[in-house]
Amino acid sequence: MDIIIYGIVNSIVFALIATGFNLVYGVSRIPNFAHGSIYILAGFMTWSFIHDLKMHYVFSVLLSLCISALIGLIIYRFILIRLRGIATSEIIASFSVGMVILEGLRMQGIGGFKGFIGPFYELQPFIEGKVQLLGVLLDYQRLIIIIGGSVLLSLLWIFTGHTKTGLSLRAIAQDEQAAMMLGINSDRVAMISMSIGSALAGLAAVMILPLGNITPEMGYKVLIYALAVCVVGGLGSWLGVIFAAFIIGFAMKISTVLFGALWESVVLVGTIILVLLVKPSGLLGKQKEFEERV
Amino acid sequence: MSTDRRKKRLDRKLKAQSDGLYALSSWTAMGYLMFPRALLIFGLLLLPLFLDMYWQRVLCSAGVYALLALSFDFLAEYVGLVCLGGALFIGVGGYISGTLNMYLGWPPLFCIATATVTGAIISTLILLPSLRLRGIYFAIISFMFPMFAVYIIIALNVLGGTEGVSGLETLQNIWVEQYLILGIVLVSLFAIRRLVNEDTGLILRAIKDNDQAVKASGISITAYKIKALLIASLIGCFAGAYMSHLYGWLGISLFSMDFSILPIAAAVMGGMGSLTGPALGAFILTPLSETLRGFGQLRVVLYSLILIAFIIYKPEGIMNYIGRKYHQFEHWEKF
Repeated sequence: MDIIIYGIVNSIVFALIATGFNLVYGVSRIPNFAHGSIYILAGFMTWSFIHDLKMHYVFSVLLSLCISALIGLIIYRFILIRLRGIATSEIIASFSVGMVILEGLRMQGIGGFKGFIGPFYELQPFIEGKVQLLGVLLDYQRLIIIIGGSVLLSLLWIFTGHTKTGLSLRAIAQDEQAAMMLGINSDRVAMISMSIGSALAGLAAVMILPLGNITPEMGYKVLIYALAVCVVGGLGSWLGVIFAAFIIGFAMKISTVLFGALWESVVLVGTIILVLLVKPSGLLGKQKEFEERV
Repeated sequence: MSTDRRKKRLDRKLKAQSDGLYALSSWTAMGYLMFPRALLIFGLLLLPLFLDMYWQRVLCSAGVYALLALSFDFLAEYVGLVCLGGALFIGVGGYISGTLNMYLGWPPLFCIATATVTGAIISTLILLPSLRLRGIYFAIISFMFPMFAVYIIIALNVLGGTEGVSGLETLQNIWVEQYLILGIVLVSLFAIRRLVNEDTGLILRAIKDNDQAVKASGISITAYKIKALLIASLIGCFAGAYMSHLYGWLGISLFSMDFSILPIAAAVMGGMGSLTGPALGAFILTPLSETLRGFGQLRVVLYSLILIAFIIYKPEGIMNYIGRKYHQFEHWEKF
């Protein structure tokens, strides 16, 4: 029971981390390697708003979400828009933006900036306390992650499947030329997808980060997890991401219980290599699979 | 404004004369061809004589980054495999060489040679499953491997675990160290330049541009990708093995992001695809980041910013720009 409940929590955490990256890639074919740093930046911004500016919790969360959406928009508008279609340059540029953000957060002593180093950066949970669920002790934050995560994922599914903006996102993803002929502005849609993706990264951050400390190094780890989930599930595939998140989440939880926490990364590598060997396109990746991947 | 004026570029007369075998018939043409090459070779070989002890060490690590940048450029521009995990080569080479030296007591030069070959084979085997992928998929996977290597070493707590192993034997003296790395940089630079113009290089470039066509010609693309990867990882693993003996130390920071990012920055800055450019870029960027070492994380921020600026405003890089100026003259022309 322990494994199942915490496995679900783990899986939803992975799904939340990966959706933002997956949305951006699925829509505009931009591998947003700044994903992990936007995640961490959102966490630190929320912390800063609460502790330095003494803002209300809800208000500071909303504000940092808006700012991360804005950052995604800026990254697209000023940097990535010039590099559309050159995959190598897109990766390098977005990754360097991510490095600038993450290493900038660790920078000390410039303009009186202390740098976010040390173990004392923690967001408080939305609601304190624990609850007994099916015989397992679970704190409220994890419960919120399960419920909020599922709600968010289904909202996103409704958004991409049943609203006009969402449909235009999917149209661009499927056939850019045809969508442009029907009057969908590709750059605008890509910009929207970048900002939604970044806001999703921020949302994942404020939901997940109360479980532990915030450190800039985590940015790389988050990026790795997002990439791992997307590669296993198939980039640009919604169902694949959720499926892969559950596989990886449970694999890591089970290995933690059986062998100890240090082994979870090893299991992660194993899963990825196995999936690549068996099915290089990812479990459910169908989009343009043949031309692009193998 | 730009509608009635355009830039016209023409090859210089000397460039046309020195194309092909006829270059041998004139000293001027020979000199025109030899000058840049001689400048590079003698410039690099004479450089250590003008530096003090500290900068000589910096030169050594610049050589390491130059090798990595070279292998990145070769893989990315001539094979189409964007390898974001250069640290994997460094780590594998460094760990093998260090372990041989530490536990078997082999002399450093012998360790480096062994580690270069076995390390290259091992890192090729590690990357083998992901060779079927292309473009960003390969980039993603290769980016993850160095980090996983770190996790595995920490999890198993072998080879020194988190602290690493110190007290490895170093090479005889600083001169041997410098000329070893500079020699290898020059040799691998010219070897790869030769290779990409041979038939093999033609096939590799064809794989980058259109691998379906190569397959249709009855050539196994996987076999060629493996060969190319082996060459690139030979270079990378030598750099790693050399690195561990340069500092007499090995640890998980051999897998750190620095070894993946700085070479890429050097390649972009120097000019992707020119092979010489990335090496030169490394010899510019490493001293720069060394002078900024006092500022801590600022240097990483700075070279990321340089990277972004070059990729947006000067995507051709320094070396391609210089090469254009050397071979061509240009003027504005009305039309």
